[in-house]
Amino acid sequence: MSYEIKTPELGTIGLLRWLWRQLTSMRTALILLLLLGVASIPGSIIPQRNQDPTQVQQYFANSPTLAKVFDKLSLFNLYSSTWFSAIYLLLFISLIGCVLPRTWEHFKNISALPPQTPKNLIRLEEFRSFESQKNADEILDIARSHFSKRRYRIRDCESSVAVEKGFIRESGNLLFHLSLIGILIGVSAGVLGGMRGSAIVNEGESFTNVATSYDTLSAGRFFKLSDFPPVTLKVVKFTAVYDPRTNAPLDYSLIVDVTESGKSNSRRLEVKVNKPLTFGSTRVYLQANGFSPKVTVRDNTGKIVLSGAIPFLPQDGNLSSIGAIKVPDLTPTQLGIVGSFLPTADRDKIRGGFSSYPEALNPRLLMAAWLGDLGLDTGVPQSVYRINTKNMERVGLKSLAPGEVWTIPGNSSTADVSGTITFDGVTKWVNLQIVRDPGKPFALLGAVFALLGLLISLFARRRRIWIRTVLGENASSSGVIVEIAGLSRSPGLDQEIDDLVKVLKEKKGDDE
Amino acid sequence: MSKTDWATLSNNFVYSSMGIIFIAFISFAFQTAWTFRVVPLVVDNSNTKSIKQTKAGRIGIALSILGFIFLTAGVVARGVSAGRVPWGNMYEFSITGALAFLFAYLVTLKKYNVQWLGLVVTISVLITLGTAVTLLYVPTAPLAPALKSTWLVIHVSAAIISGGVFLLANCVAAAYLIMDRYQDEDGNENRPNWAKQLPTLEQLDQLSYRLVALVFPLWTFSVIAGAIWAEAAWGRYWGWDPKETWAFITWVAYAAYLHARVTAGWKGKRAAWLCLFAGSTFLFNYVYVNIWGAGRHTYSGL
Repeated sequence: MSYEIKTPELGTIGLLRWLWRQLTSMRTALILLLLLGVASIPGSIIPQRNQDPTQVQQYFANSPTLAKVFDKLSLFNLYSSTWFSAIYLLLFISLIGCVLPRTWEHFKNISALPPQTPKNLIRLEEFRSFESQKNADEILDIARSHFSKRRYRIRDCESSVAVEKGFIRESGNLLFHLSLIGILIGVSAGVLGGMRGSAIVNEGESFTNVATSYDTLSAGRFFKLSDFPPVTLKVVKFTAVYDPRTNAPLDYSLIVDVTESGKSNSRRLEVKVNKPLTFGSTRVYLQANGFSPKVTVRDNTGKIVLSGAIPFLPQDGNLSSIGAIKVPDLTPTQLGIVGSFLPTADRDKIRGGFSSYPEALNPRLLMAAWLGDLGLDTGVPQSVYRINTKNMERVGLKSLAPGEVWTIPGNSSTADVSGTITFDGVTKWVNLQIVRDPGKPFALLGAVFALLGLLISLFARRRRIWIRTVLGENASSSGVIVEIAGLSRSPGLDQEIDDLVKVLKEKKGDDE
Repeated sequence: MSKTDWATLSNNFVYSSMGIIFIAFISFAFQTAWTFRVVPLVVDNSNTKSIKQTKAGRIGIALSILGFIFLTAGVVARGVSAGRVPWGNMYEFSITGALAFLFAYLVTLKKYNVQWLGLVVTISVLITLGTAVTLLYVPTAPLAPALKSTWLVIHVSAAIISGGVFLLANCVAAAYLIMDRYQDEDGNENRPNWAKQLPTLEQLDQLSYRLVALVFPLWTFSVIAGAIWAEAAWGRYWGWDPKETWAFITWVAYAAYLHARVTAGWKGKRAAWLCLFAGSTFLFNYVYVNIWGAGRHTYSGL
């Protein structure tokens, strides 16, 4: 005989249902949870573009092949990559598929009574049995009042009472998981409706909150320009305090004048590292600071072609900084100055010139002058701190103290002197980070409720206790046999039942 | 008293506590060693514990408490010397962490029979303190501007206490895995003498679970507090900084452990391995990210 093996036809709906059941199973959720943990590891070892773009560039320079592979796998922007998102989205779908039906079940059971007394109490936990001179009704009455005082749910059964406590444990469990979904919504709202930008502002200058004022700006899909709070911040004074022994920073303080549009008067406020300014869901943070050498460049007729404070980028703890002074308006050829600034210039045999303290105690501006084409018209965006010297010619080197002037030599195609540069002094700049995150309150609320739910689900004790009276085997006895047992996953059931036995026995003693 | 006086006093207290805890360790070692000599003439387990042993154990615990008091004084004096909470760099994290670990042990001892863990706890504390005073020591210094916040007190203390209890749970889980090897297929335990004073497998399993369940909400709180602080200091509440990432991994690992225990009914060996894995992610975060890692949590002072 031959058997024909028939596989049941699943069909599309059947297949989908099977997939859904697999996805929402506890096992899948656990695997996805662990996978999420494992998947986030590479991002803590490989540099991330949004955290440290220069290190990513370094990676490409050092090992280009590996970097290309990593880039294909989105390992340099891991946490916004498709595959990382896929894991947590699947996890959340699995979570929703698991938690929502359970919430509905739980809701329906709000007023449910404890289950009927089982036949064999002796098989359960903490079984106790004793003989009592009380009759059955009195025993059960005492038990009922004892447990209603302790806020148990009570069900009357035939010659027995069933009580239950700890419904809130599952409520806490569900609150925790639903709150996690709340956090995800908060995070998404922040990403989609938020923006993040930064701007370097010199002391004495102002920052007006419009898109063009920013050095960098990234915004979510649903961010509208009208979401910008219309404010102007004037950087009045920036103070940095350093430890003279270790040169380590002790305190940063920024004083700003805030003018909201439409109002003429301004408010003077202080910004610190842990104390940002708040305008609705937008906050302004003090992120970094540095020095801006003030220079004036004149052409060989004495006409001013550039004047102002140029922000330089700090390179170390003592704020040795590098920067570029670009003078496209100098004729006949453009001038570029590759500079480095030392706030407290010092010199030794090994390092040459360096800065020995982060305050401007002995400032020096070291410059290399280049003549030629700055390449500003090519359309390729350039760093304001660097000069592309490919089509340029170096004509001189000089170090200036404040107040000093350098006469910049010309090259073969120009006159003997191309112009002068005066080092007028130095001012400070601050980097303001402006962040709008409309999802923040939701994420915080979700986190607080998640913690609350977690505490309830871990510490609320769920237990069921049954009390049954059995007529004494000895017919002459007027009393009954009392049987008690319970079920619990958490400790303390023995104590609870001991208390009950004590109460049942005590009352009996009072009556006699 | 000047700041340097307080710092010297702190160092003296820390060194003294190390001496005391070392003697405690020797006592615990004797307690365990004597169990090898006792020939089990009687099958009854309670008789395998000699008077000598009990005495050694008691001395070990008394000295652990004394060492705890000295270490507390050392940590407090360090805080006074710096004029702030004593966890501003890796040396201070380590001495405070060792204190939290010892404290978690002594508190657990009050409720559970974990005297047998003394040997492991004292040696761990000694190694941590030894590393701290030799490799990680830095003179007291004021805080960096980003650390000047009330959240330093809240976030870091919660993280240190959680860490202490997580590591204790790890010791218990490790003990479970070792004891599990002495159980045969029928579930009979054939433990060698020295291991007979340890609780049953089920008790070990329960204990490590309870420690984790007790402190998991505190760890969750520590991560949330860190996020609130990061929002105020750095302009974002979550940025996948290496330390944040590993705190998240630890959280996920313990969450998986609790789920596996409560919902999927994992017990025993598999649960113990998962517990060990979760605890090691915490240790990795503490050691690797503090010393070699990049990112914004680099306050180790090294």
